[in-house]
Parts: sequence; structure tokens; C-alpha cells
Amino acid sequence: MEALSWSGDLGAFLNPVLMVAGLGFVAAFIANFMLTLVGLRPGEMVVNADHSLSLQRTPVDYTLMAMKYAVALFALGVLGYVIGGMILASPEQGGILGGMAARLTPVWLSLAALFAVSITFKRRLGLYGKLFDSPIGMIGFGLVMFWIFVAVFSGIIATHGPIDVISQMRNEVPGSPLPAPAEGQYAYYLLGGDNLGRDVFSRVIYGGFEVLKIAPLATLFAFMVGVTLGLPAGYYGGRLDTGITFVANLVLAFPVILLFYLLVTPEIVAAGIPNYLSMVLFVFPILFFSVLFNSRFRTDPPKRNLLVGGTVVIGGLAYLSLISNPSDPDLPMIFRLWPEVLDLFDIPGNLLIVFVSVVFVNSPTVFRIVRGIVLDIKTRDYVAAGQTRGEGPWYIMLWEILPNARGPLIVDFCLRIGYTTILLGTLGFFGLGVSPESPDWGSTINEGRRLLTIYPHPALPPALALMSLVLGLNLLADGLREESLKD
Amino acid sequence: MAFFILRRIGVMALTALCLTFVVFFLTNLAPNLEKLAKTQGNARMSDAEVVSWLDRNGYGGPLVVRYGEWLGVVPGWLREDPITGEWRGRCLARGQDPAEAARFCGLLQGDLGYSTVSATEVSSIIGGRLQLTGILMFWAFAVMVPSALLVGVLAGMREGSRTDRTLSTFSIASTATPEYVSGVIFIVLLASSQIGISPLLVEWGWLEGGTLFFGSARSAMDGVTFWNFTLPVMTIALYGMGYIARMTRASMAEVMMAQYIRTARLKGVKFSNIVMKHALRNALIAPFTVIMLQFPWLLNGVVIVETLFNYKGFGWTLVQAASNNDIELLLACSIVAVFVVLVTQLMSDIGYVFLNPRIRIS
Repeated sequence: MEALSWSGDLGAFLNPVLMVAGLGFVAAFIANFMLTLVGLRPGEMVVNADHSLSLQRTPVDYTLMAMKYAVALFALGVLGYVIGGMILASPEQGGILGGMAARLTPVWLSLAALFAVSITFKRRLGLYGKLFDSPIGMIGFGLVMFWIFVAVFSGIIATHGPIDVISQMRNEVPGSPLPAPAEGQYAYYLLGGDNLGRDVFSRVIYGGFEVLKIAPLATLFAFMVGVTLGLPAGYYGGRLDTGITFVANLVLAFPVILLFYLLVTPEIVAAGIPNYLSMVLFVFPILFFSVLFNSRFRTDPPKRNLLVGGTVVIGGLAYLSLISNPSDPDLPMIFRLWPEVLDLFDIPGNLLIVFVSVVFVNSPTVFRIVRGIVLDIKTRDYVAAGQTRGEGPWYIMLWEILPNARGPLIVDFCLRIGYTTILLGTLGFFGLGVSPESPDWGSTINEGRRLLTIYPHPALPPALALMSLVLGLNLLADGLREESLKD
Repeated sequence: MAFFILRRIGVMALTALCLTFVVFFLTNLAPNLEKLAKTQGNARMSDAEVVSWLDRNGYGGPLVVRYGEWLGVVPGWLREDPITGEWRGRCLARGQDPAEAARFCGLLQGDLGYSTVSATEVSSIIGGRLQLTGILMFWAFAVMVPSALLVGVLAGMREGSRTDRTLSTFSIASTATPEYVSGVIFIVLLASSQIGISPLLVEWGWLEGGTLFFGSARSAMDGVTFWNFTLPVMTIALYGMGYIARMTRASMAEVMMAQYIRTARLKGVKFSNIVMKHALRNALIAPFTVIMLQFPWLLNGVVIVETLFNYKGFGWTLVQAASNNDIELLLACSIVAVFVVLVTQLMSDIGYVFLNPRIRIS
């Protein structure tokens, strides 16, 4: 069988379109730049004598218009590849791009459905709906949802397993056919094979799942820790504040990579340091929710007892199952006390360590942000009013201050997921990731970089994937910030 | 003012003490020491032999005492080897008479210890490596700071304009590209013999074989040239640039909204004069803090870039020390890193107070 070309049959028609769009954009951009240098300005609205408006166009306007249409044409060309790939279905006709677009069909359909529904009802959806007023926010949201859907459908999209090795396919270029495809097996490596002969495309897809499994959850835990400590530090101030801030600054003064090396190396793991850390860090969510419910329903004991009791029982069970692993004889005694019967689930050792160290690195920054916001908000009148009404300090912190701090916190949450993704990638890049075989993007880049100048194709797709996800999160945060500032 | 600086220095010293203790504790855990004994002595040592090896080589005893020895406030250990009868100790060169050796030899005396893997003094390794990293950081800063300030000022002087939106999107994109991603992309585009620009240039006859830029900075350790140093420097500069640019933009936009700028505009001062003479100085106070705090970040970038481009500087040493369980070398690296972080924090605090007339005068 022949190797696939990049664009297949579609290329004959679509490549010139993309080329024209690209060249047109560059030409218009240069022209625009030159004209602005010469001193021309875009045309302005002019109010006529009869109160009508007229727009005077200058050459600058025409270059801008050309740039706009070039971008639109480019988008159409890309859309053509997506739709063409979905229609043609067979990779021989669609080429590599068409083949990938065809595999991603469930993602395109879900994205289209989500955007259609959201834009239709955007006026009724609050801040989320307003996101669709800002193009930047919409692009960011689209990128993020793309990767979320890829993670959800990863089992359907991927053409091969993440660790399926076909040794003849070692370092083969994108579009190479399998030597002897079995019945029902996808006959090509769409993005080529890596240095062990695994499919790069499938690994990038499964890598998205790996990353999105850890990053948002770790960020959420970091927020629980940061919020639970930051609220009292900012609200009470004094010794408590000085103490916690000092510890937070200690953690922040560590260069992140040194900290990772200190936390993740096998010797440290053997000493059980990450387990002790997880023991401390995972208490905070239970603490947070217990205090949250207790402060709200203190006056209604039956309801309070139900909610707080439920939190403590369910949370405690999850907590103890999470931190203890009686079947692992290497762990210190304290983590093996919990009976095997009640140990609901075990997190594989390495995953727990990576998770804990990412939470540990992130929480001091969250703490600082929360503390700063609380210091600002506690001077407001409604806090004073709450204090005069005799509300308890925790009620004021959790039910008066926290809801009013949600804007900056949501924005930071998006940014921080992106940062956590970068951190996970860093861990993988230094070979400290979940496992050496794991398809997460950092580890894949690390494997691909050794032969980078000769075989660029294994390292480039995960690098671009990571970049697009983080870019999407940053743009989403930017759009959210802009829209939340508008009212 | 003097009281403020003294207090800051006091807190900094306390932080440094805590941090070094944490690092010392984490690098001297029992599994680390056991591995050290087995790599230095014999891989098939029994537990008892490990204990006696550690004891003979000064790793026995309580952790706090060893930390004190390393710091140089507790006298270094000194023992007579029961087998050979030779005197050995922390401050003793091999065969030296114990009476002549110094009693204290730790960080405070400028003695960083002995690297077990490369079998040399740590200070001799660290010095040269730091110099190499210094060159890299200097160039990265020289590229990053001016371009970031330029982008930030251009974007912030007309908030909401098309220039602003384009440049802001660029800075967001640059903060979304960590070093290991931009490094890979740069290498593929500019330093690969297979795809990217280099094969094209060779085809057109503009380049005599090979690649345009070098994908490895190993040759830059002997002499920095444009071709072997551009990619590492660009890789570091790109990630930090976006953040500084966004801070500069925010600060510039805020200054441009101020009353005195409006007054100047209404008086008819030229826009370029307003930006250069009135706005710029005030707008650059906040970015100064950010630039200073960027140093620790740059340290991270340096570790990644040196690993990616095979440049044997400080970051590369840190990675090697950590993965080879080279305890004293790793400790020394941590000291340097922590020192850089704390000093830049101090400088940014003091600098902010000095630069900001509102705080300085009151």
C-alpha cells in the first residue's frame, strides 16, 4: 500500500484556496503596516448635515478588509478539510488531514451542537452566555471544549491503542501504511510512529485524556486548600496570617523544578513524603465543606447534622481510601492501618504523587490570591452589616465574602488549569511523569526530543496539542475577565 | 526605610534557613543515604554494612547536627578509621593531619562539600556552570525585557485599539507556550535537516548543507555565536515575554487613563511626547517588580532549555545531581537557586519603594 499524502484528493482543490488566503493575508498585512508607517489612518465616521453618517474609506481600510476576508477564506478552507474528510471517510481519498478529521467526527458534531445551543440561548445563560459575545472568549472556549470532547471520545477517535507496538513502524513518517493490517484494524499510522513503533496520533488523543483527567481536578484541590487557608488569613489577619503567609512564601521561593525533583524522585517516594503530603492536603476539602454547611445551617440542627454528617462520613471514607493502601507493604505503617474491606479504591502510586505535588505547588499561589481579595472585600459595607447582624466569622467568610470574590477566582481557575497542564508537561518532560509508558503530552515530547532533528513527527503533535489547550484556557480566561468587567 | 530593609533582610535570612533545612532534610532521607552507600561502596551491602559505611563517612548521627556541620556552625566530624587507622573528617583532605585542618567547614566558611559522583569539590563545579548559565540568562534578559516592554507600551498606549488586540493576543499566545513546546517547535522549524526552513535554503543554494541554526548549544559553551545561541535564548525569552508585556500593558493603560495625561492632551501636547515623557516613567514602575520576580521563573526555563539544548550550565547540573543522587552538589544547586529567588524578591520590594514617588516621599 502507498503512504498517504497530507491532503489526499481534497488537496487539489483546497490547497490553492489556503495558499491564496495565506498569501493574501501576508500581502495585506505588509501593505497595512507600510501605509500606517507612511501616516495614513483608517477612515472615520463623518456626521453629515442631514444627521446621516457616512464612513470614508482610506486604503488602510481596504487592507484591513482584505485581511479579514483572507482569514475568513482560510477558515473556510479548513472547514472544507473537516467536512470533506467526514464525507469522504476513507483515508486514501481524504489524505492525512481528511483522515484525522473523519476520526474526529464525534468531536465536531458535539462542538457544533454545543455552540448552536449556547448561542441560541446565550441571553439566558448568565456569564457563560456572555462569553459568546466576545470572539476571543469564544475561540478559547472552542479550543478547550475541543480537547474535552477529544478526551471524552478518546476510545472512539484513536486508531490504535496507546501502547500497541508494531516494531516495523518505528519512526515511520506520517501516513505510513501498516505492514500487515489485521481485519478491522486501521491500516495507517496517521501521524507516523514513534521510536518504539507506537501510533503518534492515538497517543496524542489518549494523552489529552491523561492530562484532562489530572489538571482540572488538581487545580480544584489546590483551590480548596488555598481558599480554606486564605479566607481566615485575610479575615482575621494577625499572627495566623503572618504564619501561613510565611509558609506559603517558603513554598513559593522554591524553584518549581527543584521542588518536583525533591518530591518525585524514587528515594523520596520510598520515604513516604508524598503520602504524608497527601494526608495533609486532602483533609482540606472535607474541612471546607463541613465548615461551609455548618456555618449556613447552624440554626437548623437537623439539616445541619445531616449535611455535615454526610460530608464527614462520605468524605472521610473517600479520604481514608485515598491515602491508605493496605496491600502495599512498602508504605509506612500509618498508611496500612485502614482495613482492606473498607478501602474502596486505590490510586496507582505514581499518579497520586504527581497529583499531590501539583496541588502542593499550586496552593500557595491560590492562597495569596484569595487572601488579597479577602483583604479588599472585608472593608466593604455589607461585611460590616453582616458583623452588626451578629453573623459568625465563618458565615461572613464563606457566604458573604466568597461569593463576591467569584469573578477573579473563576478567571484564575481557568488560567491555573492551563498552568497545571504546563506543570504536568514539565514533569513528563523530565521523565518524572505518571509512568514512562503513559501517553501524556509531556512524556511524549520527552521521548520524541532525542531524535528531534531527524524525526520531528513524534514530538511535534503533542507539543502543538499542549500549546493549543493552554492557549484555549488563557483565551477563555481573558474572555471571561473582559465580560465579567462589563457590568 | 532602613528599618524596612533590615526587617526584609531578617525575614529573608529566616526563610533561607528554613528552606536550606527542608532541602537538607529531603536530600538526606534514609533511602537517599542507603542508595549513596550502595553506589559508593558496594551494591550488595547488607543493612548493617550500610549503617557502618554511613557512620564511617560522616552520615551517621542526628540530622540537626549534620545540618549544623554542613552550615558551618558545628565542628566538622572527625574519626579515626578503625580498619586503616587513618584519620578522616569533613574538613580533612586525604592524608592531612587532623591538627592542621580547620574545625568548621561549611557553607558559612565557603566550603560547599564534595561531589560524590564527579569526585571533585562542589565549588569548583558550580562556579564554571554558573558562569555558563549567566551568559545564557544575560542574553535571554537582553532579548526579553526590551521587546516585552515595547510590546506592552505599544499595546497599552491605546487601549482597545487594533494594535492592542493583536499584541495582547500575541502575549497570551506566548504565555501559553512553555519552553519545552517552543523549543521543540523552534528546533523543528529552524534546526532540522528534514523539514522547516533549512532544507529549503539548501535547495535554493543559500546554505551549504547542514541546518540554519544549531539544534544543540553544546558548541556555545566554548564560544557563543549567533547560530548556536539564538534558539536557546529565544526559547527562554518567549515564555517570559508575554507575562511582562501583559503587566506593562495593564500598567500603561492605567497611566493613560490618569488625570494628568488628559490635562496634557487637552493642552495640546503631541501624543508621542505624552507617551515618551509623561506616561512611560510612571508606567514602568509596576513592570520593574514583575521583571525582578521573573528571575526565579527564568531559572525554571533555564533548567528546561539547558536539558533540551544540551548546554551544560547550572540547570543541567541540577538535573544531573538530582537524578544521580549527588547530595552535596544538589544542596549547593538549591542554595544558589534559593539565593537567587530571595535576593530578587528583596530587590523588587526595595526597588518598588524607591521607584514609586508616592511611597518614597511619604
